Amino acid sequence: MRGAACLLALWLTALPAAAVEPDEVLADPALEARARELSRDLRCVVCRSENIDDSDSGIARDLRVLLRERLVAGDSNAEVMDFMVARYGEYVLLNPPARGANLVLWLAGPALLLLGGGGAVVYLRRRRGTEAVAALTPEEEHRLDEILRK
Amino acid sequence: MIVELGHFALILALCVALLQTVVPMVGAARRWQSWMAVGEAAATAQVLLIGFAFAALTHAFVTSDFSLRLVVLNSHTAKPMLYKVSGVWGNHEGSMLLWVLILALFGACAAWFGGNLPATLRARVLAVQGSICVAFLMFLLFTSNPFLRLAVPPFDGQDLNPLLQDPGLAFHPPFLYLGYVGLSMAFSFAVAALIEGRVDAAWARWVRPWTLAAWVFLTIGIALGSWWAYYELGWGGFWFWDPVENASFMPWLLAGALLHSAVVVEKRESLKAWTILLAILAFAFSLIGTFIVRSGVITSVHAFANDPERGVFILLILGVFTGGALVLFAARAGILEAKGVFAPVSREGALVANNLLLAVSCFVVFIGTIWPLIAEMGWGAKLSVGEPFFNAAFSPFFVALSLILPVGAMLAWKRGTVGRTLRGLWPAAVLAFALMALAFAMQTGRSALGPVGLGLGTWVVAGALTDLWARTGRGGVAERLARLFRVPRADWGRVTAHAGMGVTVFACAAMNAWVIEDVRVAQVGETYPLGSYTVTLDEVRDVQGPNFTSTVAVMTLARDGAVVARLMPEKRMYPVQAMPTTEAAIDQGFWRDVYLVVGDRQDAGGWAVWGYVKPFANWIWAGALLMALGGAISLSDRRYRVAAGAQRTAAAAVPAE
Repeated sequence: MRGAACLLALWLTALPAAAVEPDEVLADPALEARARELSRDLRCVVCRSENIDDSDSGIARDLRVLLRERLVAGDSNAEVMDFMVARYGEYVLLNPPARGANLVLWLAGPALLLLGGGGAVVYLRRRRGTEAVAALTPEEEHRLDEILRK
Repeated sequence: MIVELGHFALILALCVALLQTVVPMVGAARRWQSWMAVGEAAATAQVLLIGFAFAALTHAFVTSDFSLRLVVLNSHTAKPMLYKVSGVWGNHEGSMLLWVLILALFGACAAWFGGNLPATLRARVLAVQGSICVAFLMFLLFTSNPFLRLAVPPFDGQDLNPLLQDPGLAFHPPFLYLGYVGLSMAFSFAVAALIEGRVDAAWARWVRPWTLAAWVFLTIGIALGSWWAYYELGWGGFWFWDPVENASFMPWLLAGALLHSAVVVEKRESLKAWTILLAILAFAFSLIGTFIVRSGVITSVHAFANDPERGVFILLILGVFTGGALVLFAARAGILEAKGVFAPVSREGALVANNLLLAVSCFVVFIGTIWPLIAEMGWGAKLSVGEPFFNAAFSPFFVALSLILPVGAMLAWKRGTVGRTLRGLWPAAVLAFALMALAFAMQTGRSALGPVGLGLGTWVVAGALTDLWARTGRGGVAERLARLFRVPRADWGRVTAHAGMGVTVFACAAMNAWVIEDVRVAQVGETYPLGSYTVTLDEVRDVQGPNFTSTVAVMTLARDGAVVARLMPEKRMYPVQAMPTTEAAIDQGFWRDVYLVVGDRQDAGGWAVWGYVKPFANWIWAGALLMALGGAISLSDRRYRVAAGAQRTAAAAVPAE
């Protein structure tokens, strides 16, 4: 995946415009809306972090068509996503499901907030305990004397 | 010849940087005036030398000197002059040269304008800055030398990546680097203060302008990048949570936190250790960003140097500087005792909450960015973390931040009451709720994103205006209006930046929630509806550009029968790089952008066309500009120019309030 040629290939396939092509759009607007929503959570597997809705690469088009086929066949949203994961692996999900090791990913932020918040509250409480007048350093005493004498 | 001189200048700059690292540091430890004075001369010499090297490389690009490997790989004789110049930093080697140039420039600025710093602190700051220069000059010379010649020069170059041939992108990297590298000053000040063993209000006052400047540049750089993505990448997205975007966003978040915590150090001589830590981390994240962009560990559109050797070198720099600074921090943080005391509910307390939220949101972005790497190395799972994750995991912290911002910015110093502050803010709250309810009522069956964004944005902007009004004191309206322009610039700056954030929060939500999309095949001559507009595809023609060929669609945008604009989206082909690009045509407006894209000719006749009506699109970048403007206004405040000269006694001059 690191070669310059491969990068160039990625660029060639991944870039310009052309998200959903007109001929892919489903006639049923409700079904199409569901397709659009689901495609935002699916990764174009050869691109950088780009969803299949935005990508014009061939594989993204295949995935979009496949997704719509499943929807037309009557799959529920969850069934479509399971189908995609079974076929392309968890790599295809842009939103890693919050289970197993991924729980760490999802809970890292809230955990740090609680930890940091708790730490801050404890720190502030303790500092308030020592609210006694903060002593001046000898230099500052000296400077204060100077100012007062003026 | 000029190229060789540039190369020599770079090598000489490395020698000077070594000198700048060692001599002033020893001088400061021994209190030798003459040794400390070396720092200033070395910093000046260094910026001149690297500036010369940069000029030499620019000369090679402008004159299309194809004996230079870098020019062959990234330039072409037919390329417009602007992009010949911007091509200098449109590649790994040249952009690293720009990076060290800016690094040296910041060092020189500290030497030139740091006359009011204590001599030892200034010497140490320059020494630390010099050591960063040493590291990056070595990186440049040993792994990414821009001055390599070719034995057999070709007739013409391979052209610059067409995506980079764009005015927005010509100026995006310099601003970004000014921001990234500007944070090195905060880092140098932090390390110097740790060595010095003294952090006080004066230190905070000195370090804040540098951080503020870096943050302003970073804001502009990120905004330019996202604006470019919006009009160039072709489907009107403006932020993709791409690893490299995150790499610039993380230092921005931490620099924002640092700006606010430095206020507490300045006012209350508290949070010192935390502020020092933030300064170290903010620069560490700049380095992590450099690592992500240039090592290719995480693939991304921006990764222009997928070279493991370079990655390892940057990782080494990151390890040495961050690790070294953190060890120093661990050893010395104990002596940074806090002086002032404040209640949890106070301006200082609100700033602590701001820091907490910004730091945690930065951490969320960080872990999301590196999670695929951790999963792959840890348990061999190949997975992706993309936009939906960041939207879900990051946004709550920014919502919380927006909620507390207006209250926090108006709480009294030292000890405040939420109730009294809220009493002043009730008009803002009522307005926010009213607009949110109105938006809910007007839209049917859509997500709550739009109304909530509108409510939050209004709350923040109206809160900022209330803040400004409160600064005019008491009295009649006319009296207070007259006093408005005597409000210190620092307050104007704060209010402007806060309002800018409100505008951006609102616009991001509004554009995502209320966008109208249309995809179809249009025949030439066909008219079709797009929201409340109609679009006519008048003609499609082929056009020859300077270094590309183009298919241009001429489209007429009309509303109620009246022509609004004639738009010409293009599909370009750059033959040298064999790469197509899309040039969207955008009718920019105050309330909405109409965004048209043309695609391929269809087999059955007609052209694929995409149309979007994007409400409040420009507000996203207008908000970012307001933030940057606020920073700049604050930077021009009198106290940074005058009071900084008060040296160590500045601690006593801080009003107790």
